[in-house]
Amino acid sequence: MRPTPIDTSPPISDEVKETTCYMCACRCGIRVHLTNGALRYIEGNPNHPVNRGVLCAKGAAGIMKQHSPAKLKKPLKRVGERGSGDFVEIEWEEALGIATAWLGKIRETDPKKLAFFTGRDQSQALTGWWATQFGTPNYAAHGGFCSVNMAAAGLYTMGGSFWEFGEPDWDQTRYFMMFGVAEDHASNPIKIGLGKVKANGAKFVSVNPVRTGYSAIADEWVGIRPGTDGLLVFSLIRELLLADQVDFDYLARYTNAGWLVIQDDGAADDGLFVRDEAGNPLCWDKTLGGLGPALDKNANPALIEARALPDGRRAVPAFDLMARRFLDPAYAPEAVADQTGLTADTIRRLAAELAHAAFQEEIKIDMPWTDFAGRQHDHIVGRPVSFHAMRGISAHSNGFHTCRALHVLQAVLGSIDCPGGWRYRPPYPKAAPPAVLPTGPVTSPGDPLAGPPLGFPRGPEDLLVDDAGTPQRIDKAFSWEAPLAAHGMMHMLIRNAWAGDPYPIDTLFMFMANMSWNSSMNTTETMRMLTDKDPDTGEYKIPHIIYSDAFDSEMVAYADLVLPDTTYLERWDCISLLDRPISEITGPADSIRQPVLTPDRDVRPFQDVLLDIGARLGLPGMVDEHGDALYPGGLPEYLIKHERKPGVGMLAGWRGADGTAKGVGAPNAEQLDRYVENGCFWTDTIPVEGVYYRNVNQAYRAYGEAMGFLDTPDPVIVQLYSEVLQKFRLAAQGHGSIQPPAADQNRVARYFDPLPMWYMPFEEAAVDCEAFPLHALTQRPMVMYHAWDSQNAWQRQILGSNRLYIARSLAARLKISDDDWVWVSSDKGRIRGQARLMDGVNPDTIWTWNAIGKRRGTWGLDADAHEATRGFLLNHLIGDILPNEAYANADPVTGQAAWYDLRVRVEKAAASDAPESWPQFDPLPSNAVRGAPAVLRYGAEFRSGS
Amino acid sequence: MHPAYSVILFTVSSGAGYGMLFLMSILAGLGRLPIDPWFSWPAFVIALGLISVGLLSSLLHLGHPERFLRALTQWRSSWLSREGVLAIGTFGPAGLFALGWLFFEVDTQSPGLAIVLLSVVTAVLCVATVFSTSMIYASLKPIPQWCRGDVPYGYLTLSFASGALLLNALAALTGSTFDGISIVALIGLVLGYAVKTRYWRGIRAAKPLSTAGSAIGLEKGTSVRSLDPPHTEPNYLQKEMGYRVARKHADKLRQFAYIVGFGVPVLVLLIGLGLSGPLLTALAVIAAVSAHVGIVVERWLFFAEATHAVTLYYGAESI
Amino acid sequence: MTDLPATTPTRKLGLVIDLDTCVGCHACAVNCKEWNSGGFAAPLSDTDPYGAEPDGVWFNRVHSFEADTKGAGRTVHFPRSCLHCDNALCVTVCPTGASYKREEDGIVLVDEDKCIGCKLCSWACPYGAREYDVNEGVMKKCTLCIDRIYNENLDEAQRVPACVSTCPVSARHFGDLSDPHSAVSQLVADRGGQPLMPELGYAPVNRYLSPRSETSQAAALEPTADSVEGKFLQWVDRLLS
Ligand SMILES: Nc1nc2c(c(=O)[nH]1)N[C@H]1C(S)=C(S)[C@@H](COP(=O)(O)OP(=O)(O)OC[C@H]3O[C@@H](n4cnc5c(=O)[nH]c(N)nc54)[C@H](O)[C@@H]3O)O[C@H]1N2
Ligand SMILES: Nc1nc2c(c(=O)[nH]1)N[C@H]1C(S)=C(S)[C@@H](COP(=O)(O)OP(=O)(O)OC[C@H]3O[C@@H](n4cnc5c(=O)[nH]c(N)nc54)[C@H](O)[C@@H]3O)O[C@H]1N2
Ligand code: SF4
Ligand code: SF4
Ligand code: SF4
Ligand code: SF4
Ligand code: SF4
Ligand SMILES: [Mo]
Repeated sequence: MRPTPIDTSPPISDEVKETTCYMCACRCGIRVHLTNGALRYIEGNPNHPVNRGVLCAKGAAGIMKQHSPAKLKKPLKRVGERGSGDFVEIEWEEALGIATAWLGKIRETDPKKLAFFTGRDQSQALTGWWATQFGTPNYAAHGGFCSVNMAAAGLYTMGGSFWEFGEPDWDQTRYFMMFGVAEDHASNPIKIGLGKVKANGAKFVSVNPVRTGYSAIADEWVGIRPGTDGLLVFSLIRELLLADQVDFDYLARYTNAGWLVIQDDGAADDGLFVRDEAGNPLCWDKTLGGLGPALDKNANPALIEARALPDGRRAVPAFDLMARRFLDPAYAPEAVADQTGLTADTIRRLAAELAHAAFQEEIKIDMPWTDFAGRQHDHIVGRPVSFHAMRGISAHSNGFHTCRALHVLQAVLGSIDCPGGWRYRPPYPKAAPPAVLPTGPVTSPGDPLAGPPLGFPRGPEDLLVDDAGTPQRIDKAFSWEAPLAAHGMMHMLIRNAWAGDPYPIDTLFMFMANMSWNSSMNTTETMRMLTDKDPDTGEYKIPHIIYSDAFDSEMVAYADLVLPDTTYLERWDCISLLDRPISEITGPADSIRQPVLTPDRDVRPFQDVLLDIGARLGLPGMVDEHGDALYPGGLPEYLIKHERKPGVGMLAGWRGADGTAKGVGAPNAEQLDRYVENGCFWTDTIPVEGVYYRNVNQAYRAYGEAMGFLDTPDPVIVQLYSEVLQKFRLAAQGHGSIQPPAADQNRVARYFDPLPMWYMPFEEAAVDCEAFPLHALTQRPMVMYHAWDSQNAWQRQILGSNRLYIARSLAARLKISDDDWVWVSSDKGRIRGQARLMDGVNPDTIWTWNAIGKRRGTWGLDADAHEATRGFLLNHLIGDILPNEAYANADPVTGQAAWYDLRVRVEKAAASDAPESWPQFDPLPSNAVRGAPAVLRYGAEFRSGS
Repeated sequence: MHPAYSVILFTVSSGAGYGMLFLMSILAGLGRLPIDPWFSWPAFVIALGLISVGLLSSLLHLGHPERFLRALTQWRSSWLSREGVLAIGTFGPAGLFALGWLFFEVDTQSPGLAIVLLSVVTAVLCVATVFSTSMIYASLKPIPQWCRGDVPYGYLTLSFASGALLLNALAALTGSTFDGISIVALIGLVLGYAVKTRYWRGIRAAKPLSTAGSAIGLEKGTSVRSLDPPHTEPNYLQKEMGYRVARKHADKLRQFAYIVGFGVPVLVLLIGLGLSGPLLTALAVIAAVSAHVGIVVERWLFFAEATHAVTLYYGAESI
Repeated sequence: MTDLPATTPTRKLGLVIDLDTCVGCHACAVNCKEWNSGGFAAPLSDTDPYGAEPDGVWFNRVHSFEADTKGAGRTVHFPRSCLHCDNALCVTVCPTGASYKREEDGIVLVDEDKCIGCKLCSWACPYGAREYDVNEGVMKKCTLCIDRIYNENLDEAQRVPACVSTCPVSARHFGDLSDPHSAVSQLVADRGGQPLMPELGYAPVNRYLSPRSETSQAAALEPTADSVEGKFLQWVDRLLS
């Protein structure tokens, strides 16, 4: 009896459409296979620069996202109390009418009373522009609570940063050191890269309190105590300096190590660079035996020793100051061992290994190139040590300076954008910092903002504060509380709007941000603020809330008006170089999404809706002189026609009337067709002599100029010593016309240190560490994207509820065993969850997976779903403000939310406590399509033969 | 292994049925089976009934019972298939044997050649069937408590014992004389006791077959602990094979099985040896009922105490 | 036919999985589910998909373990799927002939139309690679993507199992393990690829590569000064000034 014959060559589908995945922000290229118009299979696009054909677990589960019972189906108008989830479905016309009425009134009276904030937004090039045209400065995306420390420290130091602005040279690196990364945005690229590191036999070191995911495959796991990475990095730099394992030539040429710093205590220019009349920095030129232009082709700067200036004052090279900072015995391996939880030997060995890789395994590539000063080089030197860091560093209140220290370490090793080192991804490097300034409120309602809402202050004069020093933005970004809050401070939005501090707003307009749940700190309080009413008027403290979501999230119930979005497979999107780029090291890239399915519900792409509302409001740039909509076709039409500045639009590929221009060129009516033909992405390749040392490489500067990337023609000299920070410090010391209010003076003076510094994270310093002896962290699970995926029938099987992970040694002391229910308390309150013991975690640290806990009734799940009954959120314990309530729980420089400063205590739950997670909230009624089957037999219809 | 009631019922009842049929045919061949229709009718009905009930219950736990005939095709390699073939095959000779016995004048002292032949064939098939059943388990390498030489003896002896006990009870109830059947039952019980004792000691004494380390291919001796399962909720494997009975609990049940399954019946039968009349009847019934309660518990333990290699992937450190 | 192939298959197609690089991302598991949901063994049904105890059919499941490897401990992610054993008891115990091992490439398959759902094969598999579909009443399992690896509708490069083509860190390798010169065999030779539970005698075809232990070749640094001032004096000599 033979087995029934098998068709080993069945047709896979009858149609394949290429687009871009949006199961997360990594933006991989996908091929969507359709059979009779239904989703058969989603695979990675082998030609795509981001993922080279691979697909992560989330991407592969896209089918079940499309079939989610949590999809919203029609616009909703609140009829019950806010937060009750009591809505009526309304027609789009009514919904847009309501929105236009609310926003129209605001725009006529006081545009800043609209706060427009977006979460996992990938269309900031549009949303930011829209806010500008509306005339409100109160715009930002999630970056402020995400990783602005990472972005700002990098951009202010070297015009690029970790995160998505660069990546290691995976192919050539010999030593890769990763700090505080669980997954990151570049989910697939990092994994592809780690695969190469392993295949090449290079060493991979992961510094992380938890040994999971990437850290699990690290050749060495360094289980550091949270918040102390700065000490480790300082100690590494110290060891390298002491052993002269330093690339002095690199420092002298491409960093400001040789720039002279004025040493004149109490003077208004103390700590600033010595400059000539034209403002060019000066060095002590050893050849000239006197002052000379630091950036000159023949400059030969002294790196140490104080010099007398013509006016008799003293000045020292920045390197001198920097070296003294790092050589401080306080940072000797022995001195930092206890605090970091590492042994001095480990630290010394790591330093030795870094030096070995950088200098013994040096790479030489014969490739002539010319640096910014016109110096010709016949070869490229590669120092194959590379670094990557993310929120383990940035989500702490000392993250900005720790990250700066990391960049200094790269410079000391001479390993920035070189073969085997960390590499920029175009359009980076930008100027350090990029030449974009934040813009404050308009003076006459109806005008657009004079510039973009967000930017990079270069001194106190660029802050958004009034004469009294009061913040001008609702989130207090760019105020003395957070001067370099380059991404805004979304985490303070709801509290400030609720408190009317610095001023009350009228409408909170949010997009793709689950702010009543996993994306807020202090979630319980946040829910209260969203529903709190003014006792006198009986009105909500936040009068109007408009929200756009695609799914029935926890946030939906807190809106007055819900604008249902499509899924990522049902719309056009644009991943623009004007936003967070998907570029490769080797060249710029951008991409689009095209609709591969048509919605079966009454939903609309949010970006179309936004342009529609803009036109209804008659916003400049969205209507013509007759007041007619400029882009009635919605986003696709906007992508093609809109120019940000002449020749520069949302997409860089196939520009020019004939589609031959790139970067800069006239709009091209067929641009989107070209993208679709090319798999929905565009890439370009940098001329070969311009691929390395791009911050100081002439050929690249020329290329960038032509592509319209460069905001200044000047080279991007690595800022070891930050004059920008010093300017704020001087203001705090009483210099200049713009000074911080007395209350902020000491804080600004202390934390605006022009050199990297380390200080104990604020919460650890503030709370009683006897009462709260442990650090508590969250990690991104690779298989889940924040809140999104519990609605996904496949992903939720893999991670349907989260546990609290505790070191075995610690658990033994606390008499906690596997599966026990435990209480976790912080000074904000307590939560209950179920324990799981492990060995691979720092003994002073507990952790759990992020955003797995859900609220009953949401996400299209049954009320008894374990996401709600066993899953839990750490967010209830994380303060949005510091224990002393004076400031946000954030980095004092950038305002980055300090999620991982959290300190807690853990106790075994009593036998009388219910075996259920706590807190629990009233179940929310469903506003989604629902109709979920009891048994899912997806794919039966595709089975060949049947 | 998960102690599924369908499988327990199946093995216990068909075991008993084959036991009865085996003894009846053997004794018939030897000319020692009562000819009394009041006895033989119910005897055959019960024996064949128990077998059928067993087979049906095992059929019902199939995903596709309607395809059961396919299960007869792979007798060359599969003990399950062999069992099926033999089980069905047994009905033939057994049926003829029964017909002959019930409808034709059989001289008990010297039954005709036909009957003798049929009885021998039936007896052999009964043994073969029960043996195949046992081999289904005894051939499963991933389950050290099953993959043992003494497993078939357990099934055979217990099937023998329960068959004898049922015949004994039936004879007593129908008031027919069936000399020595209680002795046969006693022998069955003693053998069963011996085998089970050896088995129960054996599976505790056996050294681990595999470790979590070797299950994931790490160097010998590397100690390995499960951190996270692949899925948060239990899956088919865990539900079917993840069952674990606490040693304490198992010990209690073993004691119970010893007393109720062997101790009580043996005692009762011994007492019964000297007696006759209603008291004997009562004792014979008690012996049968008690023994079968014990055998059900024994069978439950047979599954519950069996650990499957796959549990190494779900938390077990060794099996 | 539930007899194993009389002659051992000429080709032994299988997977080599590198536990030193597997980050436990589950991409292979979900991609497997996705591919097979429309493929040879479709559907891979899911029970209670949006309820308290969702439980579906998966041909590939990724576990995580902690191991006390030499020196420091190690977190080991372990993807588990059918090993397409040479001595596959799951096949020989099958009463119906639904389970069989292909002569041509050694792939072990279930012919669902013949399967009576007796589950015996799942008992016979020590590796938990057999997945009973309660809703379909038949046994299913990893097909080694039989409907991909020979599929002419895919371009050459794509003719590998879904789990292999999607693995972002390239921890999964597919090939013929009977050919000593094949890339996979080389990998097994170089890295000492291990069979799982060889003591059970199933002779699995798939191999797993153990985490390697790294040793530092860097010489310890020689601090050339012990005080800040000392260091600066040296630097003066080194003409940093
Ligand atoms: N404890 C803890 N909390 C954290 C973090 C942490 O590390 N620990 N991380 C913080 C960080 S860095 C971030 S970025 C935030 C992320 O948190 P959020 O920015 O809130 O991101 P999500 O919650 O994943 O998604 C927000 C909403 O987007 C909706 N959505 C998904 N797809 C679409 C779509 O196509 N259109 C529309 N309109 N909506 C869609 C989802 O339904 C969801 O309700 O979480 C923060 N919260
Ligand atoms: N699959 C998936 N991918 C995602 C997301 C997701 O939700 N799911 N979210 C996306 C978003 S919005 C963001 S912002 C990125 C974030 O990308 P990541 O930064 O990788 O995200 P986190 O989970 O916050 O990782 C923080 C890591 O730092 C470690 N850590 C915490 N404190 C310290 C410390 O003091 N020192 C060191 N060395 N390590 C520390 C934690 O253990 C954890 O491993 O991921 C993006 N990618
Ligand atoms: S990483 Fe995964 S989810 Fe994110 S875009 Fe790529 S494939 Fe999609
Ligand atoms: S896809 Fe690769 S890395 Fe991810 S779990 Fe599977 S084997 Fe491991
Ligand atoms: S792994 Fe299990 S299912 Fe696969 S061939 Fe081996 S025994 Fe059979
Ligand atoms: S379940 Fe199906 S494949 Fe498995 S042994 Fe039974 S009949 Fe054969
Ligand atoms: S080979 Fe195919 S069926 Fe088997 S695990 Fe990989 S993807 Fe799944
Ligand atoms: Mo983020």
